[in-house]
Parts: sequence; C-alpha cells; structure tokens
Amino acid sequence: MATIRIPPVLRASVGGEKELTASGASVGDILRSVAEAHPDTQTQLFAADGGLNRYVNVYLNDEDVRVLDGLDTSVGEGDTLVILPAMAGGAAS
Amino acid sequence: MSPSGAEVLRQIKSRIDEVDPAAVHEQVGNGAVIVDVREPEEWAAGHIPGAIHVPKSYFESRIEGVVPDRSDHVVLYCASGNRSAWAARTLIEDLGYENVESMTGGFTLWKDRGYEVDVPRTLTAEQRERYSRHLLLPEVGMEGQQKLLDARVLLLGAGGLGSPAALYLAAAGVGTLGIVDNDEVDLSNLQRQVIHSSERIGVPKVDSAELTINGLNPDVKVEKYALRLGPENIMEVLEAGWDVVVDGLDNFPTRYLLNDASVRLGIPVVSAAILGFEGQLSVFKPYDGPCYRCLFPVPPPAELAPSCGANGVLGVLPGTMGLLQATEVIKLILDEGDPLIGRLLMYDALSATVSEVKVRRDPDCPICSREPDEISDEELGVFPDYEAFCAGAH
Repeated sequence: MATIRIPPVLRASVGGEKELTASGASVGDILRSVAEAHPDTQTQLFAADGGLNRYVNVYLNDEDVRVLDGLDTSVGEGDTLVILPAMAGGAAS
Repeated sequence: MSPSGAEVLRQIKSRIDEVDPAAVHEQVGNGAVIVDVREPEEWAAGHIPGAIHVPKSYFESRIEGVVPDRSDHVVLYCASGNRSAWAARTLIEDLGYENVESMTGGFTLWKDRGYEVDVPRTLTAEQRERYSRHLLLPEVGMEGQQKLLDARVLLLGAGGLGSPAALYLAAAGVGTLGIVDNDEVDLSNLQRQVIHSSERIGVPKVDSAELTINGLNPDVKVEKYALRLGPENIMEVLEAGWDVVVDGLDNFPTRYLLNDASVRLGIPVVSAAILGFEGQLSVFKPYDGPCYRCLFPVPPPAELAPSCGANGVLGVLPGTMGLLQATEVIKLILDEGDPLIGRLLMYDALSATVSEVKVRRDPDCPICSREPDEISDEELGVFPDYEAFCAGAH
C-alpha cells in the first residue's frame, strides 16, 4: 500500500481526508484508483487524454514523477505520493 | 636624573631605521608588512590601503600573531612618526625582529603627499549595540551587518506574509525595504497582519507599515509603492536595484508576471503561499535553480485556486511562513547556509510537520531556458488561457 497525501484544495473531493492509501504498481494505477473511489478528483487530476493535468505536480516521495517515468513510474510498498497543485494565497486582504 | 621623554625618543630614532612615505608608497604590495599602530578611532578615520591594524596598546601581545616571521620586512606608522618609533624599538630590541622601519611624518605626511587612503566603513556606537547579537555570530559579524545595511529588499504586499517578513527584516537592519501594496488597513487584516494596528484602520498599508518600521529601526529606509503590480508597472518597480524580492502575492497572474520579470532581471525571489493551515515556501534564483514556471508551468483553474480571503487562514500561519521567507532573504544577502533553491518546503500546522520535495529546472521552460534579453515585454506574465483564467477568477 502506498500513502497519498491530499492537498487542501482536493480534500473536499475525498471526504475531507488528508491522506489516503491505495494499492497499485505504478503512479498511474494508484491515482486512477483514487479517482475511481472519489470521482470528483478525476477531472482535477487527469486531463481529457488521460495524462496528468499540467497544473498538478505529483511527487513520488520527494521526486517529481515527470522526471521519473510519469504515470508509469513504479511505486513500492511504503512509498508516499504527494499531490501538489500550486497555491497562490498570500497577502490577500 | 633620567632623560626626558623627548630625549629618549631622539635616541630611539637614532638607533632605528626611518623611512619616508614615498618609499613606503612604493613598497605597498611589495612584500613589506605595513602596520598601523594608532588607536581604533584613528584607524577608522582612514589608513594606508593594505595596512594591518595593531594598536600600540596591544602591540607586544598581538604583533607575533600578525607577523610571525621575525625576518619579515615590517614598516610601522602612526600619526606623525613618534609612536611608531617607540613600537619599532620594541620590535627590534625586545622581540628580536630584524628588518623594521618606522615611517617618518606618519599618516599625516602620507595624506599630505596625496597618497591613497582607505576609510573603513564602521557601525555607529548605537548600531553596535542594536546589532550586538548579530555581531557575535561569525556568520554575520561586522561584514555581514554591513551587507544587511546595504541591502535592498522589495516586499510584494504588506499583508499576511509581508507583515512579519518586513518587521524582522527591519529589525535585522536591512537598510532599504520597498513595499508594494495598494490596500488600506482593514479590521479583518489584524488577525494576522501584525505590522498594522487598530488605530490605523483605513490608512494605506504602505504608510502604516512605514510608521511601524520607522518606530522599530531608524536605520531602515522605506520606499513605498502604493500600487497594484501589473504588466504596466512591474519592470519600473523591479528595476530599482533590488537584491531580493519577497513574494507574498495573492494571485496567479501576478506570480507569473513577477517570475518572468525577475528572471529577466536576475533577481532572486523568496516565494511563499498559504492556505488554511498549510504553507509552501521556495527560493527562485534565476539561472541558479528552477523558476516558478519550472515548478508550476500553468496555473490551476480558478475553482482549484482559492485565495485565503475566500477560504480562511490560521492567523499564525502567515507569520510562520513570512518569517521563513525573512530567514531565506537574510541567508541570500549574507551568502550563508543552504538556501531553499530547487526545493519546495511544505509546512502543515495542524500535524506540525515539515516536508520537502525537489524542484527541477525545466530544460524546456518557456522563460528560464532562454537568455534574459530574449524575454520580451509582451511575454511577461503571459500563460495559455490567461484571459479565461482572469475572467474565471473574478
């Protein structure tokens, strides 16, 4: 089982959880199983062509999966996937 | 009866070698060790370039540390050539130095001849007291404090992140703080924007911030920009010679605009973002590491890009993140430690955890894969679907 860390903006789509666990051999398998269990995340994570949305970064442990094998990157037991969309909150008044 | 001091000095001068400033001027940089034996205040007012300062009051105890080899050629000077003659006698007769000269006429004659003078920059007595805890740190010290006093840091926003960052940068003695903000202080700001106060509700934030900074540290000059940063003014604001920019912006279009302009100008940006109980922090140093577009090539759609105004933020959180920004700024100015370049730090206040991911330079980055002068005005801050994004965000 891998752990998936859910960013604040996606938590409403996964029932408020900060972390999920899922099984799968690759990053793609795991994220697709997340989207299956929580359909609202489908369009947030995946583009129409099935690839990752450009505005969502996914890290296997601390490395961007785009510099690994993308969605085909293999995931081991005990690995952590970090989903990280950009945040802009700052000086807002 | 003992001889008078003047008589002893005459005798000493007859026994030691004296040298004219013209000869010393030629010896500077020629292997001779030039030693200034005057008091610290005299040294601070100006001295011979390349000279070493060993005040006469500490002469015997310190000279060996400075000139360990007794056969070295040593030239001593003071203000007029008397104290250096006494010191030369000590070197030769008491300490066994073999090649010692005293400069006739001292520093006064050197200056009269029009030779070059170094005037070291020093801190005032008040500054030495104010920054005494910095001066005790080897990583800061006198030189580092001067760097801080010389530094120009631009804060984008005097809000949640900018408030604590500005306060601590001012306290640390960062000499010039630029503040860009076109808002006025609102009651709902005061839960986190600690540079403002209840009495200043309705006051422009740049003015309120300036008042607090002036009260905290009169060494700091505040340059105010009461405007909203946009494509029409960003180059003018950023081109005012800033060493570091602190990004506490609340929207994506301006973050991309800032990124592109700062890459073009080569200015490092210490960037933070906050939402709810969580914060992100990274340092984007153009061409040394990735830029903001390498990390986030495109912004998320508006529904995934809430601002804290709409979603709430724990008041302490921008304090935590803003102070981490201030820390990174000071490290960049001092050139100390490992800056957060190529790394994104994530702080989760509820779980009290800090984690980090790597940020790589994108070899195909539309901005930082190119030379600065290839980035045109028209491209700054532009990304696909910019118009649609901005329309959706409002």
